[in-house]
Amino acid sequence: MIPELGHFALIVALLVAIAQGTLPLWGAYRRDPALMALAKPAARAQFVLVAIAFGCLMWSFATGDFSVDLVAQNSNSQLPMRYRIAATWGSHEGSLLLWVLMLTGWSLVVTLRSRNLPAALLARVLAVMGLISVGFLLFLLFTSNPFLRLVPAAAEGRDLNPLLQDPGMVIHPPMLYMGYVGFSVAFAFSIAALLAGKLDATWARWSRPWTTAAWSFLTIGIALGSWWSYYVLGWGGWWFWDPVENASFMPWLAGTALLHSLAVSEKRGTFKSWTVLLAIVAFSLSLLGTFLVRSGVLTSVHAFATDPARGVFILVFLALVVGGSLTLYAARAAAVGGGASFAPVSRESLLLANNILLVVACASVLLGTLYPLVIDALGVGKISVGPPYFDAVFLAVTAPLAFLIAVGPIASWRRAELPDLWTRLRWALAVALVTAGVLPFVMGNWTPLAFVGLFLAVWIAGGTVSLIVQRFRPAPQQGFAAKLRANPAAWYGMVLAHFGVAVFITGVTMVKGYGIEQNATMDKNQTVQVGGFDFTFRGVVPVNGPNYAGVAGIIDVSRNGVALPTLHPEKRIYNAGGQAMTDAAIDKGFLGDRYVSLGEPVSDKGVEGAWAVRLYIKPFVEWIWFGCFLMALGGFTAMTDRRYRLVVKQTIAAAVGAPA
Amino acid sequence: MKALRLILPLAVFIVIVGFLWAGLGRDPREVPSPLIDKPAPAFDLVQLQAPDKKLRVADMKGQVWLLNVWASWCVSCREEHPLLVELAKANVVPVIGLNYKDRNDAGLAWLAQNGDPYRLSVVDADGRVGIDWGVYGVPETFVVDKNGVIRYKQIGPITVEALEKKILPLVRDLQKA
Repeated sequence: MIPELGHFALIVALLVAIAQGTLPLWGAYRRDPALMALAKPAARAQFVLVAIAFGCLMWSFATGDFSVDLVAQNSNSQLPMRYRIAATWGSHEGSLLLWVLMLTGWSLVVTLRSRNLPAALLARVLAVMGLISVGFLLFLLFTSNPFLRLVPAAAEGRDLNPLLQDPGMVIHPPMLYMGYVGFSVAFAFSIAALLAGKLDATWARWSRPWTTAAWSFLTIGIALGSWWSYYVLGWGGWWFWDPVENASFMPWLAGTALLHSLAVSEKRGTFKSWTVLLAIVAFSLSLLGTFLVRSGVLTSVHAFATDPARGVFILVFLALVVGGSLTLYAARAAAVGGGASFAPVSRESLLLANNILLVVACASVLLGTLYPLVIDALGVGKISVGPPYFDAVFLAVTAPLAFLIAVGPIASWRRAELPDLWTRLRWALAVALVTAGVLPFVMGNWTPLAFVGLFLAVWIAGGTVSLIVQRFRPAPQQGFAAKLRANPAAWYGMVLAHFGVAVFITGVTMVKGYGIEQNATMDKNQTVQVGGFDFTFRGVVPVNGPNYAGVAGIIDVSRNGVALPTLHPEKRIYNAGGQAMTDAAIDKGFLGDRYVSLGEPVSDKGVEGAWAVRLYIKPFVEWIWFGCFLMALGGFTAMTDRRYRLVVKQTIAAAVGAPA
Repeated sequence: MKALRLILPLAVFIVIVGFLWAGLGRDPREVPSPLIDKPAPAFDLVQLQAPDKKLRVADMKGQVWLLNVWASWCVSCREEHPLLVELAKANVVPVIGLNYKDRNDAGLAWLAQNGDPYRLSVVDADGRVGIDWGVYGVPETFVVDKNGVIRYKQIGPITVEALEKKILPLVRDLQKA
């Protein structure tokens, strides 16, 4: 009964979405207020309906209703409750339903925060989001229905993929999708503006907080995915340039460019048609990512179902949405016009450079991701593009980008003077050069890459500190608290995010340059020394989980005779599917992690004998994710800026005729 | 110039969609064997049913034949076996079995139980010939032409689809040549 209710809610949601996607658009064209006013209640109703459907699916998972095919495939009666809940989005169908839930959720928030928007604009924005929703609901209902029954019901479920039975996996997809789908709002605003032929600074101001929110969620989502792969896959890697990772990274790069270009559009009225294009591109890349993951055209560790019908459907949908938007862009963007002029050295030109570099970075990731497909389609051969390509190309593009981070916020709008920039940044430059020159010697190995990485990290941090000092020192307010309050939240957000980049680069540089890994065969009570740490293997003990059994190794760690926390890497066999899983043991630290994962028993004595063990020293690795967290925190901080709310107050005040 | 700039994103997108469309019909996991269109690696192996006789690749020259890698311990082989038996009844093409990393008694018992579709099977107990032929999973099936050149390799069990759409048409073409 519950699954049928969910199925029914989904069908009604589709009908509502069709109404939401068409009538308000027609109303905006005909200037019919009644039709335009339909958008809001329709968007809200659609959210409620999709939420009901999602709730029904979650209920089926939570209660373990194995008469539902999807539940039987992805759950098990031994599965702990939190993973049963997470299993709701652990499959292809469920994750698409989550996608639609997020989309309608964002639409709902738009209706709640839209009092200041002109009726026609709001109608168009919600209609565009409604149309996207139509596509996804059709896809769900016709190719990926999560509510299909299994007759006769299964006695027991097949269990959730053990790789996904992890706290990180519980929140990674929702965060990632919040980001992916969040770009639909900026996209809808752009399409609405193109339809209306009206793009101005207000449009940029409206789009900005939505873009920032989506970007922040996406940042967290990607970081969580990376963190998960670090401790679950057992290889100590944190980024693999896997097609699906790239699929989430491309919208992030385009979104980062969009954030910065929106700043120029809002403050200076320039870059408008470019900004619109970026908004379209960011969301298009989100859709492309969905296509790549769902269609199986590329091999990846993430591949869900590879059903050609699904691939065809998403590709057609992608062609309609993106092709349509780009056609609209080609037809209308010329009318948008340019904006104020700026000097070759100015904040505008620096942000332009930022945008170009980010787009080049994004294009190179796209190229690397699609290249195997292109080569195969041209019949030239089969290849795969690996980390060496991405690492090399990416470093070449992002190093100048990182260099600009320190300069951009310090340069003035319209025209900046080079001598002035020099005066304001020379300390940061000196500190960065000295640190990057000396620190690698202290670490014991001076390499050009370590120098470049550390230089950039310290340069960004130093430049940002200079920015703060120079902003605070001459400020007229008395007292530190007054000076603190004098700066807008958006500015603090930027400062936080830029510090985040510095922290992130430090982490990456240290892990790449000074990480150590060693594969060892360890007998009982044998000690292996790695990077100054002594790892002593004390054998294994059996462990029993709720739905798995296995062994845990006991590995004592010490440094110069001082005992450190003992590590317990596990090797698990899951009861339902018999899949083996390694669960690495990590001793996290501010200055680095000690990371141990258990391989296989290698002697004929079985588990009692010697084991293959992988030992890693990962200096500063946690900084990678902490840096991402700071970037996202910066984004959330920027969203709280007063001026986004001021617009609301002013508009309301204007509407009721009272002084603002 | 301006118009061109505005249309460029659309043009790029259309090219990408074209490639994605082409990509949908392909399987990225399908890895071509480096041995395709190369002479079949030579072997000189003892026959399973007649240990006093041997078979060399050169002996098959002048006819199109299949080499099917099988083992009694291989689960997927049971899946494709009925198809091979059917194929043998139709008598279209000789199939040579390569009994891979198996014990002779187990292999013979398996054939006795499941039927023997092979003209004959040869014994590759230590898997050396398998290495030469680039076998990385059992079952695998090779199509070899009259000149002893490998023309096709089926990885994993033969399916009805693979047999009807790829293997048999190819065999007929090669037999005409």
